[in-house]
Amino acid sequence: MSDPGRWRVRDPYPPPGGRARALAIVLVLAVAGGLGYALFALPLQAEGLSGAVAGRIAQSGVSHPVTAVLLNFRGYDTWLELAVLVLALVGAWSLGLPPLGPEPAPGPVLDRLTRLILPLMILVAGYLLWVGAQAPGGAFQAGAVLGAAGVLLLLDGWRLPRGLAGWPLRLLLVLGVAVFAAVGVAAIALGGVLLQYPPGAAGGLILLIEAAATLAIGVTLAALFHGSRPEDDP
Amino acid sequence: MTAALWYALAGVGLFALGLYAMAVHRHLLRKILAFNVMGAGAFLVLAGLARRAPEGSADPVPHALVITGIVVTVAATALALVLMLRVREATGAAALPEDRPD
Repeated sequence: MSDPGRWRVRDPYPPPGGRARALAIVLVLAVAGGLGYALFALPLQAEGLSGAVAGRIAQSGVSHPVTAVLLNFRGYDTWLELAVLVLALVGAWSLGLPPLGPEPAPGPVLDRLTRLILPLMILVAGYLLWVGAQAPGGAFQAGAVLGAAGVLLLLDGWRLPRGLAGWPLRLLLVLGVAVFAAVGVAAIALGGVLLQYPPGAAGGLILLIEAAATLAIGVTLAALFHGSRPEDDP
Repeated sequence: MTAALWYALAGVGLFALGLYAMAVHRHLLRKILAFNVMGAGAFLVLAGLARRAPEGSADPVPHALVITGIVVTVAATALALVLMLRVREATGAAALPEDRPD
């Protein structure tokens, strides 16, 4: 009565069988064995950099060590990572996918769910952004929630109004990189080095950068899901 | 055997599963999914090994690296999906030239 093969997705390019598959299994097992051995060879106790972070966290402006590493001690990495997100979107746009057509009318479940859950998602994003200073959270988590909200909106058939698809959208996309750059350069002007926040103002500056990054990450993720340039939409 | 080591070994297992799928499957979407499983394995190794710090506090630097890595993975996956769509549009097949059945 129930045929298990009924639910299998047909693969138009079936993988090789027999010898090629056996060879792949042997090679992958060898790689896994080597990696597993390397893990066993590591010491069971390793402090890593947690001591160095704990020693300086009081000057970082936040009390959560991961946020302190991301936004202060290794802020340069995070800055360039925001640039990677924008670059991926530039790459996707330059490949010139055909414009996204109108979505078929959403079913009542998706439509009602989106209306119900969207304000909550914005609230959760704001909470995650704020709580990142003391507990797990921060710009990336908040931005991911905002991006998911954008994906829900797109699935529900919402499209960016034409007037916002040009430079207002681009302004939001580069907001994270731009605010990070502005704060970093301002630190030089105040007598420090690049991205060395003045002590005392670090907490506020990190919140400013994270707020801008949250918006930029959310909009970039939703734009990546959209795929083509929004101004080409019919 | 500590919990940290178990997590890291599970990460290696995930990585190996993804590597196998990447090698065996020909459809580009399956390759992209396999690449994501490999990435998840690498993140699990990093997050697990960070737990080796004494007095129960994890090393925050690998955790920050994982967050950075997840965002880069999402961006790379989106770009890969767009590339796959373009390949299919240009050649009619969502597979690399040497993997296409003729």
